[in-house]
Amino acid sequence: MMIWVGVLVGCVGCYLLKLAGVSVPESVLQRPRVHRVSALLPIVLLAALVAVQTFSTGSALVLDARAAGLAVAGVAVWRRAPFLVVVGLAALTTALVRLAFPGT
Amino acid sequence: MGSDPAWRLTRSAVLRDAAGVAIATGAYAISFGAIARAGGFDAWQTMALSLLMFTGGSQFGLVGVVAAGGAPLAGAATAIMLGARNALYGLRLTELLQLRGWRRFAAAQLIIDESTAMSIGRDSRRAARLGFYATGLGVFALWNLGTLVGVVGAAWLSDPRALGLDAAAPAAFLALLAPRLRGREAWAIAAVAALVAVVAVPFVPIGFPVLIAALVGIGAGFLPGHPGPDATGVDEVVLELDPPGEDERR
Repeated sequence: MMIWVGVLVGCVGCYLLKLAGVSVPESVLQRPRVHRVSALLPIVLLAALVAVQTFSTGSALVLDARAAGLAVAGVAVWRRAPFLVVVGLAALTTALVRLAFPGT
Repeated sequence: MGSDPAWRLTRSAVLRDAAGVAIATGAYAISFGAIARAGGFDAWQTMALSLLMFTGGSQFGLVGVVAAGGAPLAGAATAIMLGARNALYGLRLTELLQLRGWRRFAAAQLIIDESTAMSIGRDSRRAARLGFYATGLGVFALWNLGTLVGVVGAAWLSDPRALGLDAAAPAAFLALLAPRLRGREAWAIAAVAALVAVVAVPFVPIGFPVLIAALVGIGAGFLPGHPGPDATGVDEVVLELDPPGEDERR
């Protein structure tokens, strides 16, 4: 039930942002500060998400097979591999490390 | 006008681009559907996200936070912040699309990285409009179809961890992040955000480390010595797009 609340709040919020772009007076969104924040937001959020989802389980910091998967993903991104290859290699690597070292 | 040969050439080029982007994005949606199901979302919730939220980075963000055990509202906050760039895209598109009345409400939903990229920078307003609608509608159709395929496919998986699917989401975020890391400042701010998030994990509720890291990272971006607000203007924001697939990354 709570998941639905999150889903709907997120959907409404994201839609209102899209609508705001084509509705609010230009002066609001053309402020340099607003530009700066919206350029930085994806960088900081994505970097934080990568770190948290690789090195934590719940509220515990862990170093497990995901780290190996992410390292391989990093090399793939650096080699400009397509998106699906990056994601696929990360999953494959993680699965293989878990197979070799159960419990990671 | 419709038989103008120059326009026919432009039109087929724009439509071809739109189709390529839509197909690549649809493939990417398959991974979204599978990751969402593995993360504890049911089929309806996953489809609601693709139909109603319809902005990939935000969808992955919400699913990632909730899958890790975070509060759904913390996931929603992450998704909304990731969607903030769409407001800037809208600002650029208003003038090109000349939206009036109810069309504004419908067109707004199609404002995403891909439709914006395929619209701005065209030679004419007519081509810009075609690029926006063809890409927006094409991606909308294939994004939702891809999600459905991923949802159905994931139903067959008994243990997503055995397949390493818990590493798929952070790898997806890394692929989305990489094209934005241009220059030393972007790297530094990303590193600060990642470090703050990891350090916060044991001390705050699940889902909040990312939000705290975002605030600290944004704050770091306003410290004295940064290259000035113009250094990351809207053009740069628009160019640093989520890679929907291989077509755009090359």
